[in-house]
Amino acid sequence: MRPSPRITVIVSVLLVSCLLSSILLLHRIDRLRSRAPLQDILYVSSPKVLKRLSLGYEGLLADIYWTRAVQYFGGKHYIHSAHYDLLAPLLEITTVLDPHLTVAYEFGANFLAPKPPYGAGLPERAIALNEYGIRYNPGDWHLYNDLGFIYYTELKDYVHAADAFARGSEVPHAHPFLRIMAARMAEHGGEIEMARMMWTTAYQSTKDRSIQANALAHLRALRVDEDVTLLEKLVSRYKASTGHLPSSFYDLQSAGFLRAMPVDPLGHTYKLMADGSVEVRAPDDLPFIEKGTPPGYIAPPPRFLPSDLDGSAKN
Amino acid sequence: MNTRILHIASNTFREAVRDRVLYNLIAFAVLISGAAILVGQISIGIERLVVVNLGLTAVSLFGVVIAIFIGIGLVSKEIDKRTLYTVLSRPVQRWEFIVGKFFGLAGTLVVNTFFMAIGVFAALLYVSRHFQAADGWILVALYFIVLEFLIITALALLFSSFSSPLLSAVFAFSLFVIGSFAEDLRGFAAMAPGVTRWLATATAYLVPNFSSLNIITSVAHEQPVAAQLIVANTLYALLYAGMAVCGAVLIFERRNLK
Repeated sequence: MRPSPRITVIVSVLLVSCLLSSILLLHRIDRLRSRAPLQDILYVSSPKVLKRLSLGYEGLLADIYWTRAVQYFGGKHYIHSAHYDLLAPLLEITTVLDPHLTVAYEFGANFLAPKPPYGAGLPERAIALNEYGIRYNPGDWHLYNDLGFIYYTELKDYVHAADAFARGSEVPHAHPFLRIMAARMAEHGGEIEMARMMWTTAYQSTKDRSIQANALAHLRALRVDEDVTLLEKLVSRYKASTGHLPSSFYDLQSAGFLRAMPVDPLGHTYKLMADGSVEVRAPDDLPFIEKGTPPGYIAPPPRFLPSDLDGSAKN
Repeated sequence: MNTRILHIASNTFREAVRDRVLYNLIAFAVLISGAAILVGQISIGIERLVVVNLGLTAVSLFGVVIAIFIGIGLVSKEIDKRTLYTVLSRPVQRWEFIVGKFFGLAGTLVVNTFFMAIGVFAALLYVSRHFQAADGWILVALYFIVLEFLIITALALLFSSFSSPLLSAVFAFSLFVIGSFAEDLRGFAAMAPGVTRWLATATAYLVPNFSSLNIITSVAHEQPVAAQLIVANTLYALLYAGMAVCGAVLIFERRNLK
């Protein structure tokens, strides 16, 4: 029996229409569900219970929870949320299910410890997570580095930071930087240089795009802070030698204090203000900067993660 | 509806009843009443939660098993028993046969779910002693479960139109598992770079999205369900089931039955 061409055409058109409409609708459902309050509830919060429920497939479940942790943080960050309540439990579940998933500890050090809106503001949980990671992966120097990093950047606890770096430096094949950091922490001097070394190592030693973007944003901010400090010092020296403030950076150049027009890491020239202070042209594009912002400036929610740039977190 | 489709649907329903499909209700009744009595004795403060979670999960799993195992035999059984030739020798078109079979099994599942729902509410009344406004959301969860059955029935029918019953069951069950992790699948796709991302996203959007139809845990926690989600899920399930039935019709129209 030959199929009727009329039925074939009608059914084919119906099939394609249903397929396309269902895909469009699914997109809409995703957006509806991402706004739903149930996103903020973790129904099974006990990692041990989940491990038993996984029936031995905890590796796969850990991967799923890891994806959820990244999606959760990306989604919250995208909507400029100041609360990341589920980030710690999601990472804890992930690492209990698979204690060797070291990227989860790295993620925790970078986004669990910093204060909102840059992270969850839970340095103690981040430290506990990293210590747990070290217990299961004692041969991974990155974890000691991350631990020292949290103690130093979030808590300014030089003693514990030095201890973490020193422990890490004893791990076979550890980055030589850890020994230097242990010594620097012991004397806690050269803050900007130390921070630059830490963020550079963080950038170089990870493959995670979010962690790299975070490190890059911090490195840019450090350079701005350093540039602004230096430029303001030059302005003071100019004033001391001429008796008045420079009207522009050209005055500093003509007087031999500068060789070229100073530019920020994004390529914009710095602004010299009438009172001799130095400001960046686009402070909104330079998260984490502590210097070079206009008086009373309130930083907008940070937008530096890959998910901010490609919009994937909103979906 | 076309009377020929109606006849095939009602025959499919009758056949399912004759095959003692509804006997699963006895197993369900034993499970839910046993759970209600046990939960009342061992749980403190979460009796309602356990009964709703267990009851709705059982409704869903019992229905999925029925949809898959009856769905995969809808076409092949008719061919094996040679009853299909009798049907098609009458003025019944092949597409009417497929659509009728789909509605017949869907009807069976709706009736089955209706009785199970009564069981869930009875157990709930037993442990809570009274109903509350939030219990209304359980009806929405049950409605979503029925929508889930429509998709699975259509998929089982699609696979049974070209494959053996065993392979059809494997395909349908695999899609059910993959579809239950559809949101995570899209999460993985979003994290992938370049072309992989597009391919993974396309795949993630092609598999049925059962995760948005599963609101069991949220209604157990008495959370409301957005009206927009009800409308969107209804349309999605109808479109997806429609697509699978269209696929089954196209394949069955070309199938050599000699």
